[in-house]
Amino acid sequence: MDPWGARTPYAAGEQWPERHDEYTTEPPERWVRSASLLHSNGDGIDIGVRGNRIVGVRGRAGDRVNRGRLDVKDRYGWQANARPDRLTRPLVRDGGELRECGWDEAMGRIVERSRQLIAGPGGWGRFGFYTTGQLFLEEFYTLGVIGKAGLGTPHMDGNTRLCTATSAAALKASFGTDGQPGSYTDVDHCDAIALWGHNVAETQTVLWMRMLDRRAGANPPAMLAVDPRATPVALEADVHLPIRPGTNLALMNGLLRLMLRHGWVDKEYVSRHTVGLEKLEQVVDAYPVEHVARICDLKTAEIERAAELLGTAERLLSTVLQGFYQSHQATAAAVAVNNLHLLRGMLGRPGAGVLQMNGQPTAQNTRETGADGDLPGFRNWDNPSHVRELAELWNVDMATIPHWAPPTHAMQIWRYAEQGSIELLWISGTNPAVSMPDLARIRRILARPELFVVVQDIFPTETSEFADVVLPAATWGEKTGAFTNADRTVHLSEKAVDPPGEARADLDIFLDYAARMDFRDRDGRPLIHWTDPESAYAAWQRCSAGRPCDYTDITYDKLRGDSGLQWGGERLYTDGVFNTRSDYCETYGQELSTGAERPAAEHHGDGRAFLLATGYSPAPEAPSDDFPLRLVTGRTVTQFHTRTKTGRVPELDREAPGPWIELHPDDAAAHGIHDGDPVRVESARGAIEVPARVCGIRRGVVFVPFHYAAEAANELTLTAWDPVSKQPLFKLCAVRVRGKV
Amino acid sequence: MHLAHYLGLLHRAQTALAAALREVGRAHADEADIAHLTEQEARRCDQRARALRPFADRYAEQAPDEPERLHSELFRGTRTGGLGLLRDLQDLYLMTAECDICWTLVGQAAQGLRDTGLADVVSEGAEETTIQLAWLRGRMKQAAPQALVVA
Repeated sequence: MDPWGARTPYAAGEQWPERHDEYTTEPPERWVRSASLLHSNGDGIDIGVRGNRIVGVRGRAGDRVNRGRLDVKDRYGWQANARPDRLTRPLVRDGGELRECGWDEAMGRIVERSRQLIAGPGGWGRFGFYTTGQLFLEEFYTLGVIGKAGLGTPHMDGNTRLCTATSAAALKASFGTDGQPGSYTDVDHCDAIALWGHNVAETQTVLWMRMLDRRAGANPPAMLAVDPRATPVALEADVHLPIRPGTNLALMNGLLRLMLRHGWVDKEYVSRHTVGLEKLEQVVDAYPVEHVARICDLKTAEIERAAELLGTAERLLSTVLQGFYQSHQATAAAVAVNNLHLLRGMLGRPGAGVLQMNGQPTAQNTRETGADGDLPGFRNWDNPSHVRELAELWNVDMATIPHWAPPTHAMQIWRYAEQGSIELLWISGTNPAVSMPDLARIRRILARPELFVVVQDIFPTETSEFADVVLPAATWGEKTGAFTNADRTVHLSEKAVDPPGEARADLDIFLDYAARMDFRDRDGRPLIHWTDPESAYAAWQRCSAGRPCDYTDITYDKLRGDSGLQWGGERLYTDGVFNTRSDYCETYGQELSTGAERPAAEHHGDGRAFLLATGYSPAPEAPSDDFPLRLVTGRTVTQFHTRTKTGRVPELDREAPGPWIELHPDDAAAHGIHDGDPVRVESARGAIEVPARVCGIRRGVVFVPFHYAAEAANELTLTAWDPVSKQPLFKLCAVRVRGKV
Repeated sequence: MHLAHYLGLLHRAQTALAAALREVGRAHADEADIAHLTEQEARRCDQRARALRPFADRYAEQAPDEPERLHSELFRGTRTGGLGLLRDLQDLYLMTAECDICWTLVGQAAQGLRDTGLADVVSEGAEETTIQLAWLRGRMKQAAPQALVVA
């Protein structure tokens, strides 16, 4: 299978040519508008419908994101919707067994338990919500209001903590608020692309097609890849730095030092639009290239070549993903990429941009609406006037809205559940029994008899096996809602067919819960006064007004007209004025090595961006004699997340039906392992057995894809996270391997 | 000149804090962030103690005998559970606060002595100590409502 298809080359400054991708199993009677749901790229897609069945998809040619192309997962993934093992009726646990029931009974149980728990002081603290990056904007906003203004709990997060929290943290730290500075159209204009731990060829195939098409046309951009694996991106790149895992920040500090030493700095931009240069210089000065080469195990000449590529580019585009986000000193390293662009004045104009990428299709909305625990509209929990705005909007007492500390991040929510202070855990649209680190621990927590577990999903999962109540949800194509991709492009995904059986839209489930809980505002009126996607969206528009992610101009009508509309314009910060003003910013800042929150009194934001730097420190769980290899987990092109959908589609499943381990030929030989041999992989926490792929990867590093429930990579991974973004370290666990004896 | 006593006090406060950080980290190993950050901060305390050593030695030669009741005892072992974590972090906070004020006073003395070498060590140590205080304070603020009201 060729996931990227035929090239349509184009030159710098030209519009990306259209390519008309379509896949149908029967001729559609009508086409319904949507966008892609199996990655974060946000491709405009039409759903082909015949009767009440989805029969295919096509890329929407006029869409700014994909210009008619389809990602391979979207081409085939829709077929999962019609699989016979969909959840079609609610389930409740009786005598240890799950049995089918009606909605009244299932919701009645959740409400009964909720009422018991909310009674008395601290009732809010007994609830935890763990959601996803795959519901729609309207659903996330509604969930956020239920949590913050209904129950008044800060214990709400998404699995986005696992994939994109560092993106948000880095953007807030440097620029004052979340919000992607760059645009996918920067690919059309740039003369250099730097991919920082971003295997875009497998995670956002349509964005990679765009990059490949530029590389195949006139004036192609130079390309730098930083990745310990020989990924398709690394093979294509002009300069590939196969970095030692856990040392990204040392490399970044070294590169920043070279920018300063060589004068590859836009001095006017830096003096007008940034603060913190002196401290940055002081920190990075300790990273001469020979020192960096030793830490990162790279050649000095390679690092210097990379620096020259970055330093001499006139229009530089950077993209960042899990190689940085799920590794050691994640936020500090992602912020260092922002520093690079600030120093070089590479922001806010065509071709000069940063894309701190997302992993999931609607992760951006989790962050915007507050379903990740943040206050909606990129408001600052530590700024009383921001909290007051929300209290007025929702007409609730300001004290109801938790704002005494940052929101409780996912890893801490699970810890409270482990300790027993959280007694109701509501999991929507995600499968933590496969995706979380240290799965044995996660199973122990889910199995606690005192913990009431609600699972809202479309298929039975490894997680729903632990549920007390299972709620069958509708999915993409079966419900209407908006969502926003990694470059701020908003699409409307319309309902094309009815959901199976009694499955309901996630929005309807949340609205039903709010109605049954009878959440009221200060005047005794229903707190949640919206009833359907469009009225929920209108409520969100009011909430977003005046904030960076202002949706007031992006109406459903407009989304039904043009295909794909960006909030904030094509690029943010075109005038070099950032969202750092103290009364406007989303955070007063965090110290990068500990995550310590800075107090309001010490914040002096005035529209200039922050240059923030800290020193490299060695990663936890260094390889030892017992566990001499470093495991990094990751993704493969035909699978998404825990394969709830992609594992049910033969065209995708057969490309990668099970996990494997990638080893360097020397490491394989040292253990007598040949390509295809079964390998036992052990860490201090667990063990799996998977076949070997002897291939291009750093010596001393092994790779296992994380998607699979059987022989799951996360049996091995450790519980540890970045102190700023709280994103778990999936790319740093020490393991040993054994060939079959 | 009594500076040596205060350098000794600060040095001992740093090493005691490093030991307490590690002990708390071990006692609350299930709190993954506490386990990792206490170790990171303990290493920083060790470094700061090492940086102080030459100055303490240099000024010791000019010091009279150590006065009584110079050192304080702020840490008497760890506790368990959510409330125990809060109390342990509070102990660490107080120990860090002791270091903080010592850095201030030693810094004043360094200025009086025109000892720029010591002033540089103090300035770095004081900055890192401020960060430690902010981290501990923030972590306790997050944990307090759950530990004191919910659990």
